[in-house]
Amino acid sequence: MIELILVFSAAIFGIGVYGALSQQSFVMIMMGLELMINATVLAIVVFWWGTTGGDPRGQLLVVVVLAVMAIEAAMGFALVTAVYRARKADITEKLKRLRN
Amino acid sequence: MSVLGVTAIVVFGVASVVTGWLVFRTDSMVRAAYWLMASFVGVGAMLVTLDSQFLGLILILMMAGEMTIMAIFMVMYMMNPAGLNPMVMVHQHRTAIAAGVGSFLLLATVALVADFPADPAPAGADPTAELGFELLGRSMLVFESAGVALLAVMIGAVAVAGKWGRFGDADAGSVEPPLDPEEAAS
Repeated sequence: MIELILVFSAAIFGIGVYGALSQQSFVMIMMGLELMINATVLAIVVFWWGTTGGDPRGQLLVVVVLAVMAIEAAMGFALVTAVYRARKADITEKLKRLRN
Repeated sequence: MSVLGVTAIVVFGVASVVTGWLVFRTDSMVRAAYWLMASFVGVGAMLVTLDSQFLGLILILMMAGEMTIMAIFMVMYMMNPAGLNPMVMVHQHRTAIAAGVGSFLLLATVALVADFPADPAPAGADPTAELGFELLGRSMLVFESAGVALLAVMIGAVAVAGKWGRFGDADAGSVEPPLDPEEAAS
């Protein structure tokens, strides 16, 4: 059962990697990152469930990862807003130059 | 795990993967946000099936809020948020596919080949209560640190996204710079 769930986790992680690397839109890139963190949460919980004897520190790690997920989303949205104010840019291709 | 539990894991797992894939296959960015939410709901349901009810429900509630905000951001900033026209906005597509498939194969191989210790959580335990005692007991510093980090991010996000810039009003610079360096210098 652990192996099966880890394969699902690997599939979600792979889709996230594809999205984060292939998308031009900033928010779509963030969606790829979110999928990767989603897969990480699933893998941590299945390890907690199947290999730690129910040690609550396994669940605690998920709480930390959820905080990281919230931080990633908040800073991502803030940066999207800042870039749009400065450049009117909504895709990565408009940010090829750092100058100006 | 019971047959019903295994069936639920398979159904929710397949649903999470399929909806995760649909995030990048739809023309509408708003729909993409809600497909992502569906993927999170599937993973949250898997967490509930794995006796981690609190974390599963927290994940679903948190993502419902975040994806709603994300959909609003799509409408605010991104082109074609409703998906009325066909749209492909990708770059380095083959590299991205290779990286995604490669990372899946690598992780899946490790998952299938590695010998994990079998020490399941005891039946009849209350994982939610144990997590609560852990968070407010010996691991309180971790819990508090996460709270302080979130507070710092809230302040930082407002500072970064605010209308005021370091050199004046941030909106004053919202004109796309010219491509000619000499024109930009003048």
